[in-house]
Amino acid sequence: MIEGILIGLKTALSFQNLMMVMIGCFAGTIIGMLPGLGPMTAIALMIPITYGFDPATGLILMAGVYYGAVFGGSTSSILINAPGVPGTVATSFDGYPMAQQGKAGKALAIAAYSSFAGGTISAIFLLIAAPSLSKVSLSFRSPDYFGLMILGLTAVAAFSSKGNFLKAMMMCVLGLMLASVGQDTLSDIPRFTFNTMNLSDGISFVLVVMATFAMSEALTIIIKGNDPSKAAKQISLTDLGSIKIDKEETKQMAVTIPRSSILGFIIGVLPGAGATIASFLAYGMERNFVKSEEKQKFGKGSVQGLTAPETANNAACSGSFVPLLTLGIPGSGTTAVMLGALLGFGIQPGPRLYETNPDIFWSVIMSMYIGMVVLLILNLPLIPYIARILAVPRTFLIPMILFFSVTGIYLMSFNNFDIYLMIGIAVVATILRLYDFPMPPLILAFVLGGLMEENLRRSLLISDGSWSFLWDRPLTLCIMLTILLIIFWQIYNSYKSIKR
Amino acid sequence: MKINSVKIISLLFFVLSVFYLYTAHQIQVFAFDEDAPFNAKTFPIYLGYAGMFFSGLKIVLPDQKPIEVDPTYLEFRKTILLVLTMIVYGATILKVGFFLSTSLFLVFSYYFLGERRWKYIIIFSFPFVAIFMYLLHGVLAVYLRDPLLKYIGIMG
Repeated sequence: MIEGILIGLKTALSFQNLMMVMIGCFAGTIIGMLPGLGPMTAIALMIPITYGFDPATGLILMAGVYYGAVFGGSTSSILINAPGVPGTVATSFDGYPMAQQGKAGKALAIAAYSSFAGGTISAIFLLIAAPSLSKVSLSFRSPDYFGLMILGLTAVAAFSSKGNFLKAMMMCVLGLMLASVGQDTLSDIPRFTFNTMNLSDGISFVLVVMATFAMSEALTIIIKGNDPSKAAKQISLTDLGSIKIDKEETKQMAVTIPRSSILGFIIGVLPGAGATIASFLAYGMERNFVKSEEKQKFGKGSVQGLTAPETANNAACSGSFVPLLTLGIPGSGTTAVMLGALLGFGIQPGPRLYETNPDIFWSVIMSMYIGMVVLLILNLPLIPYIARILAVPRTFLIPMILFFSVTGIYLMSFNNFDIYLMIGIAVVATILRLYDFPMPPLILAFVLGGLMEENLRRSLLISDGSWSFLWDRPLTLCIMLTILLIIFWQIYNSYKSIKR
Repeated sequence: MKINSVKIISLLFFVLSVFYLYTAHQIQVFAFDEDAPFNAKTFPIYLGYAGMFFSGLKIVLPDQKPIEVDPTYLEFRKTILLVLTMIVYGATILKVGFFLSTSLFLVFSYYFLGERRWKYIIIFSFPFVAIFMYLLHGVLAVYLRDPLLKYIGIMG
């Protein structure tokens, strides 16, 4: 492991990769800060650029963007009460009231230190957990992988859809349908190509991500008429106050950070849970742990109320890399985008990544530490200046997002058809978004589609067409029972809410 | 059962699933693969049924949280104009070239979204695209097809 850490450090500390972490953190912070644009959009916009680099550098850039975007999301939550990402909604509960009291600088500093601590502690957990889990997951077989993928999709649908389980499952199926377009990987038989050569290679992953996130988010902002610049006027973005934290506040943070980090990491590892659930649970847990007088301050600018969700959401981000790096199965929409990018590099994440590409495996983990330090050093002093980006009018912002999306696809294929297809998917995604159909399950399903079919093919061929592979092995049976439990829990909840 | 937009979307999804299932059955597999436990159409067939199942449930079951989108608050005009601009941009980017089509796309998009400060519109279109092109083509060596600039002799 020590050797691996050194390999990772050597790769991550190369001049080019250090620059990438910095650029990634900075770009991620700016994109994540803009309301409506989250880490998935930020990473999606970066994918065409990363294909010009080697896989380790590309992944390091994306990891930097991811952390930067989560941090940026907190900034807009605190300053304008408009969370850039769902994972930072809980941050606004106490961050925004603190900013209203004239302590915006302090709130941002608390958020930065908490993010740093949460991210660093959970990166240490990742360092310990990932290699061990990689070894365990070598014993997984095709039926287990097939089951795990269904579990991932079901869990994302159940936890990320805010009670719209059926809508999320429909989006999963739509993602799988889109993934099935093109030639069959084994027999090369064309499927759903409608005799057009443009579809014979299937639909590009970058195209789907750009269309469903970057482009459709931009169109959603326009059609809904949300103007972030109007909201930005609520708090002065030029005078944020001091960023110094006093002794008493440091003490309060020191108590909250460890427990929120552990909770965040565990939640992050679970498929589908992610930063949003982690931050809400940490907020709720912290409220139960503090003394009754401190409890009264929750929602009115409590230091612990701000520290807990900020620590947990960053810890969950590191945690979500565990299933991606060790099993090759993303646990969230963001890591699904990363998996797609990795597959684009020709790298298959999973238990063997640890052995076959140790430089990538370790450099990603090491770059997380570096990313945390960069975020703290770069962003904290620059916050007063970066915050002004929130005032960028949407009349310039939206065309820029659309331009980067179209250019991304144009640079990859030089094909008009792909641009039209992207616009078509973006329009459909915008309509679906208006009616609360979640997009992360679609992306996760699109990325997992090929792998799922491959593992189902192997399982059915081994069992000679019998579906008994789903319960033959105890591990597969456990996974299937968990899936059933999630489905029945969702049905029970729906039944209860309809009865109410 | 109340008919609302979500139910209509679910019904469209159901129709899409039926069409998908029908197309999946039409996939031509090799003769020796016809009776194999798994062939090129097995997975799509299951997907078709899954789509019908979930959308069917969504149509039949009552809504947990009915969503009402008030069309009077939606900016259809701006959105449609932007989409049309993108389509024109997509159609011209290869023929006219990256520089001119992108710059014009940005100018029209800013204008359609309500921007009237021409100084900023110009700065964030033509010079911005030129710098972007220089970074991509000149610094990162990413090929950008531009017949117009090639014809003028600016790009190699």
